Amino acid sequence: MSADTPGRRSLAPYALAAPFVLIFAVFIIIPLARAGILALQQTYGPQAAEFVFLNNFTELARDPLFWRAIGNTLIFTLASVFIQLPLALGLAMLLNRPGLRGRGIYRLIFFSPQLMGLVFVATLASIIFEKRSGLLNQVLHWGFGVSLDFPWLQTFVMPTLILTTLWMYVGFNMVYFLAALQNVDKSLLEAASIDGAGPWARFRHVTIPAIRPVASFVVLLSIIGSLQLFELPYVMLNATAGPANRGLTIVMYLYQSGFEVGDLGYASAIGWVLALMLVGFAIVQARLARSET
Amino acid sequence: MGQKRSNLAVAVAAHTALLPLALLTLVPFFWLVTASLKRPEDFFSSMFLPLDPETGAVAWSRLTLENYSRLFLELGIGRALLNSIFLSSATALLATLSCAAGGYALARLKFAGRRAITITVLAALIIPPPLLLAPTYQLLYELGLLDSFTGLILPAIAPAFGVFLFRQATLQSVPNDLIEAARIDGCSEIGIFFSVVLPLVRPMVGAFMLITFLATWNNFVWPQVVLQTADKFPLSVAVSQLKGVYRQDYGLLMAGTCISIFPPAALFLLLQREFISGLTAGAVKG
Repeated sequence: MSADTPGRRSLAPYALAAPFVLIFAVFIIIPLARAGILALQQTYGPQAAEFVFLNNFTELARDPLFWRAIGNTLIFTLASVFIQLPLALGLAMLLNRPGLRGRGIYRLIFFSPQLMGLVFVATLASIIFEKRSGLLNQVLHWGFGVSLDFPWLQTFVMPTLILTTLWMYVGFNMVYFLAALQNVDKSLLEAASIDGAGPWARFRHVTIPAIRPVASFVVLLSIIGSLQLFELPYVMLNATAGPANRGLTIVMYLYQSGFEVGDLGYASAIGWVLALMLVGFAIVQARLARSET
Repeated sequence: MGQKRSNLAVAVAAHTALLPLALLTLVPFFWLVTASLKRPEDFFSSMFLPLDPETGAVAWSRLTLENYSRLFLELGIGRALLNSIFLSSATALLATLSCAAGGYALARLKFAGRRAITITVLAALIIPPPLLLAPTYQLLYELGLLDSFTGLILPAIAPAFGVFLFRQATLQSVPNDLIEAARIDGCSEIGIFFSVVLPLVRPMVGAFMLITFLATWNNFVWPQVVLQTADKFPLSVAVSQLKGVYRQDYGLLMAGTCISIFPPAALFLLLQREFISGLTAGAVKG
């Protein structure tokens, strides 16, 4: 049968792959190559470009705003990994009881903030942290008699951002950990318990090794997401970097350089530094994950 | 008996920890909804629902739909809602088709360049989208696609991770024998894709469509960069613009946020069940 229609058969695979391959080539590969060229140029809007070669990168190395953006982004990333993920794991362990009533509902409730996009979370959060009418100040005023005028968002830029992402992502990461905890061998936990291992020893020597593959994936996902933080501070701080640039992140600086200043070249150079940081983190993380098993 | 009692104690302890956390997670949602129904003057006097200052009871009559009616009648949020629905549905549908076909071709069909394409796609997984923001903007400018839905949809329908997911799904759940059998029955290659492959990877189709729909709905940077005309803005950009203009009008902003988050949340809740039953049905059939 197949010998009858060799022409049709051999063209079909191309027809199926073509839509993806063509669009992928035009809108991913070509822009990637052009990002390489742009990084060596200075532009004024999308048209006027001038080659400056590695100038963009030496400029970046001297640019205090760029270092500020890197510092802020790294602080946020550390908080995601060391505050958000342990909380997510703790929550997953609380929920990981087969007989627990309402387990599905709890899971849905904790996951639900994730369904709300970053822009909408940012809009909600900025009003919750608002001075007089914000929920946080009203609760503090009602409960502890604190003044209603404390400007949270202007005083504690990073902490409010971190708090907001806790609300949004702890439940999301919990879902991964909850799935990972299914790999923990119950009989091994019991055996360890009989051998006199305390809760911490059981957690350290039985639970952690069992969830390691998923945990290291979640850590990487969390780092990748945190390094690209943009919408949340941008919308919360009303399209600015906040007081003294305390909310400036790497991608926000990329956006400002490319689309507010109009230098697509400088923006691309920032993009390459971001890409290098991501690759670096991915390599380090892969090494760590491998060496510890 | 002792075992039972200690189980009960553990369950009580778990709920004692979980219940306050669940409430804490829900409080911002509750505040969001009540805030969207409040008049400006009630913001300062009440935390959630407006209270009667004399009796202390909830003053239901002070709640208002005015924020919503202003958004739809004066501020044209209906247009932004339609834009979001169109952009998210079109992107989800086209991305799913292109990635499912591409993933299947890479997994099961033989053609020149297959290996090179597969390696390129795997390498492209690491590209951070912000790196492509400036060059894509320049490319869309040259193609005359700035400020158009096409310019927003096209770059989003061939994501590397999508084709990667469908390649994995095909390798896992579409046996070669079945494709051969369909060929012997005289089914065309395109026919095989639609009538044999797509049904077998259906759980992935559902999951990927839902993920793409939600991601497009919530996407902000790309529409912000690509679109210039206010009529074309999706909700994410429209709400952030409202926030710039009506900074102090909290009720209005919260109503806009409610309108924006309701459709994707409803879709998720509806499809979640469908998606899970699709998964388990596949498991039973083997």
